[in-house]
Amino acid sequence: MPRPHIALLLTIAASIAVTHFSDSIDAYLLDVAMGVGINVILAVSLNLVTGHTGQFSLGHAGFMAVGAYLSSAVTLHLGPVLLGEEGGGALGQGGVFALALIVGGLCAAVAGLLIGIPSLRLKGDYLALVTLGFGEIIRVIFQNVEWLGGALGLVGMPAYTTFAWTYACVGLAIFAVSCLVNSTYGCGFRATRDDEIAAEAVGLDTTRYKIVAFVVGAFFAGVAGGLFAHFKLTIDPRGFDFLRSIEIVVMVILGGMGNTFGVILAAILLTILPEALREVAEYRMVIYALMLILLMLLRPNGIFTWKPGSRRP
Amino acid sequence: MNEFLQQLLNGLSLGAIYALIALGYTMVYGVLRFINFAHCDVFMVGAYIGYFAGQHLPRATIWAGIVILLAAMVGCAILGMVIERLAYRPLRAAPTLNVLITAIGVSLFLEYSGQLFFGATPRNFPDIFPTANFHVGALVISSNQIVVIGTTLFLMLVLQLIVHRTRIGTAMRAVSLNPNASRLVGVNNDIVISFTFGLGSALAAAGGILYAMNYPSIDPLMGVMPGLKAFVAAILGGIGNIPGAALGGLLLGTVETFVNGSEYSTYKDAIAFGILIVILLFRPAGLLGKLMVEKV
Repeated sequence: MPRPHIALLLTIAASIAVTHFSDSIDAYLLDVAMGVGINVILAVSLNLVTGHTGQFSLGHAGFMAVGAYLSSAVTLHLGPVLLGEEGGGALGQGGVFALALIVGGLCAAVAGLLIGIPSLRLKGDYLALVTLGFGEIIRVIFQNVEWLGGALGLVGMPAYTTFAWTYACVGLAIFAVSCLVNSTYGCGFRATRDDEIAAEAVGLDTTRYKIVAFVVGAFFAGVAGGLFAHFKLTIDPRGFDFLRSIEIVVMVILGGMGNTFGVILAAILLTILPEALREVAEYRMVIYALMLILLMLLRPNGIFTWKPGSRRP
Repeated sequence: MNEFLQQLLNGLSLGAIYALIALGYTMVYGVLRFINFAHCDVFMVGAYIGYFAGQHLPRATIWAGIVILLAAMVGCAILGMVIERLAYRPLRAAPTLNVLITAIGVSLFLEYSGQLFFGATPRNFPDIFPTANFHVGALVISSNQIVVIGTTLFLMLVLQLIVHRTRIGTAMRAVSLNPNASRLVGVNNDIVISFTFGLGSALAAAGGILYAMNYPSIDPLMGVMPGLKAFVAAILGGIGNIPGAALGGLLLGTVETFVNGSEYSTYKDAIAFGILIVILLFRPAGLLGKLMVEKV
């Protein structure tokens, strides 16, 4: 078996093992760890779009919202029908949750396709702005859909997200993205990022690569949204505004664009940092902002420039 | 018909404010080619300077109003220049993305320092200009609207004069056309860029005061939505194009006011972005912009 596959299986096995002993682990630590996992999925999926393919998207939270809302709709509306009176047992609930995550991911992917086809003809700042616009539009639409809670948000999702689910999805997302990028097909992503005109000149359909990256990225953002909804148990449209998108973009940039390992580290760091700064709660966002500026000034290529497997020059 | 005219008037006065903010975005984009996300927070700081200055000056007199407006503009011009010097100048050679993230960092920094120093609770903005309502036929024109539209027209005229009739304005146009060539003919780009930031921030401050006069509740996050919409306005008119920003602002303000008055009012935030997307897809350079061909 190739190494990535073994790593994936080990991750899933380890996360199931951790969940098995979750009663003896501090609940707060477990909470933080799950938040970290969800952010890692978001960062890794955006890294495919922004880091590997070079398309700057500011609407990632919108896809997350699609995933969160539609997976919640599945567990809230379809779940009781499928599980019946008795609640269906652990296996049935797991099945419903898996279905919800897949539906959430697929709906986000469809949204990604619909948004990607027209907007990926644009470049740079303009693309950033159109994705920002779409992200905001998705948010406003959810604010106005009454059966999804409207402006008040959706509550009462069952707490399906466990450590195992989160980290199994983390493993899957990292596995899928790195296999895609390291494949022969994946060279097209990097070619599009490095020089679009040259890539087109050698016959690559760059628009197609961009859309594939966008759709796959949106799918995993949707899955992360589903996990988020069944972890926080309450979602409202304001939680998916453009600040949330920026948070994800910052993770990708601090991690070093296109450096999967660095992006994972950055996602972990940026999730733990606000928790660690809880002591100085009123200053923590100011410190966060200052750190952002200083990091950009001092380490413009990301904090983690080291990649596993690459030798130092 | 009357209602239409009334809404048009309201729309124009909202649009005038968007136009003032959009001018700052468009000028900075013209010389530096990046989205200055912190601009909307300079707008917020402008409103707060107005609020604090308003407490030390007599209420609701024309002279005090003008002094407050000038104080906010000078204060924000300095703030804009300081931001440029400390955060953006060291990144002059860096990729756009990094500058963008820095701008977002500065924006967050201003917002949350604002919450720290001014408190997160909204404050009531005082009447700084005398208020009255005039009735023209069935139309109601408030003095605030006259102040907004008058100030905007005046500032745009001044801006037009600065950009087209002065040495520094010529230098600004030169830098935005080609920074390397302008340096070759002896323009000091750093001074020009600094001046552009000062000018744009001063306009944002004026926008902030005018906005706070019409929506008299100010808080440290008040800049985010108007800022985004003003940016949409700048794109709509063709970014980097000064008359375009004014046109985009007026159009956006008017459309938004009409949508707000219709049954789809809850969608008004989405409509602004919807317009943006349609414009970018069919006319990516904006209404008045020229499409640039990318050379290899």
